[in-house]
Amino acid sequence: MLIIKCPYCGERDHSEFSYGGEAHIIRPKQPTELSDDQWAEYLFMRKNIKGIQYERWNHSHGCRRWFNMARDTSNDKIHSVYKIGEKPSN
Amino acid sequence: MKKKYSIFALIKNSLSYHENWQRAWRDAEPKKEYDAVIVGGGGHGLATAYYLAKEHNLKNIAVVEKGWIGGGNTGRNTTIIRSNYLWDASAGLYDHALKIWENLSQELNYNVMFSQRGVMNLAHNQHDVRELKRRTHANRLNGIDCEWLNVEQVKKFCPIINCSPDIRYPVMGSTLQKRAGTARHDAVAWGYARGADSMGVDIIQNCEVKGIKRKGDAIEGIETTKGFIKTQKVGVVAAGHSSVIANMAGLKLPLESKPLQALVSEPIKPVIDTVVMSNAVHAYVSQSDKGELVIGAGTDAYISYTQKGTHEIIEGTLKAILELYPIFSRLRMLRQWGGVVDICPDASPIISKTSIKGLYFNCGWGTGGFKATPGSGHLFAYTIAKDEPHSLNAAFNINRFVSGDLVDEHGAAAVAH
Repeated sequence: MLIIKCPYCGERDHSEFSYGGEAHIIRPKQPTELSDDQWAEYLFMRKNIKGIQYERWNHSHGCRRWFNMARDTSNDKIHSVYKIGEKPSN
Repeated sequence: MKKKYSIFALIKNSLSYHENWQRAWRDAEPKKEYDAVIVGGGGHGLATAYYLAKEHNLKNIAVVEKGWIGGGNTGRNTTIIRSNYLWDASAGLYDHALKIWENLSQELNYNVMFSQRGVMNLAHNQHDVRELKRRTHANRLNGIDCEWLNVEQVKKFCPIINCSPDIRYPVMGSTLQKRAGTARHDAVAWGYARGADSMGVDIIQNCEVKGIKRKGDAIEGIETTKGFIKTQKVGVVAAGHSSVIANMAGLKLPLESKPLQALVSEPIKPVIDTVVMSNAVHAYVSQSDKGELVIGAGTDAYISYTQKGTHEIIEGTLKAILELYPIFSRLRMLRQWGGVVDICPDASPIISKTSIKGLYFNCGWGTGGFKATPGSGHLFAYTIAKDEPHSLNAAFNINRFVSGDLVDEHGAAAVAH
């Protein structure tokens, strides 16, 4: 069970949140110019990292805002929570 | 040479109080070089080594395992075996495995306790009924046994299911695959280990892979906690940790590793002699030979390698179980655990070559890999030995994520992934 500190609402049970996958994957600026390989990379390939992962969460049963989180996937420890557009503090 | 297991061996060994049984496999230390190294000593990895030695005449093979063999998802699943998949490619793959299961105990001279007790997939709404009937027909066209049961037939086949029309998600029918069933999961790993070992395969436990050494675009060997092992062929069957190994080789895979939970109840007398699965309410249950109910829960939404899931997932599963089987309401749960499953975007596995020569991946089995163990090993061994896929696993190549030719079993496979 994770306790997540929403940057807007404070600490809440993780059942209030939805997971949004790996963060900082930038949507291609010129989608029409992408090769199939580049599309595959953008759509499907993931770091799936064992260690500190930067990921997106949505407070779907609260303020419904998106934010980012740095969490260690090997032990589920949350290292930092930061707003969209900000950089992680560690 | 391995001594054969038989009733006579049992009687003979009982005379010496079962203290002189031959070891089922050697505790091998790594040699300097192998023709092929399999990373991961679960059922799939051990089966791969077994078929490499048996059918492809490779004798200098090692299986390296981080912990002990069969200690990962092989020992953590709910042991369900079935092949009632919708798409042709999946039907071919999973029924290939099911056919091997049917003679596996005889072939390995090891009782894997394969029990063809049937698997039911319940329908709870009109859409389920249409989709499951469609799948019944698709299965039959692919030569896979499958039949449709109406509510009365469901009640007759498995009397403890609550078939009342007044429950929240009433049972409206079910598919039944009679050739499907369960097997003893540990025995599968041990049987393949014993078979592989008898053909000279080195099974190296407590040996974690730390790096993959490349020379240009080809494999040179692997760094392990027991030193460097030289080899030109590496087959990775590391389940939840596949991406970790891929990262060592500089590859990215389309996988996400998530915790999947299961639980067993205290042992009770036989009440359910089949496997019942329900996609819509996500509850599936069977009963082990020890009498425990074996219940599979769902995955958590987020990536985690912790081998533990959240309580709410179990709560949701048990709510559904109790509505479908009110008879279980006083039952206590005995154990609960999690495993890390590697899920592909299309919920189908990858059994494939990679862009690196001599590096092969067998991964992405997600929440349902156990059923495929013998077929997966058989086809992966073929792919490694011939450096090209067998016709049955050609569709499960890694390039499908580039070409778009996905095997989209997410909704089609009859269970929620």
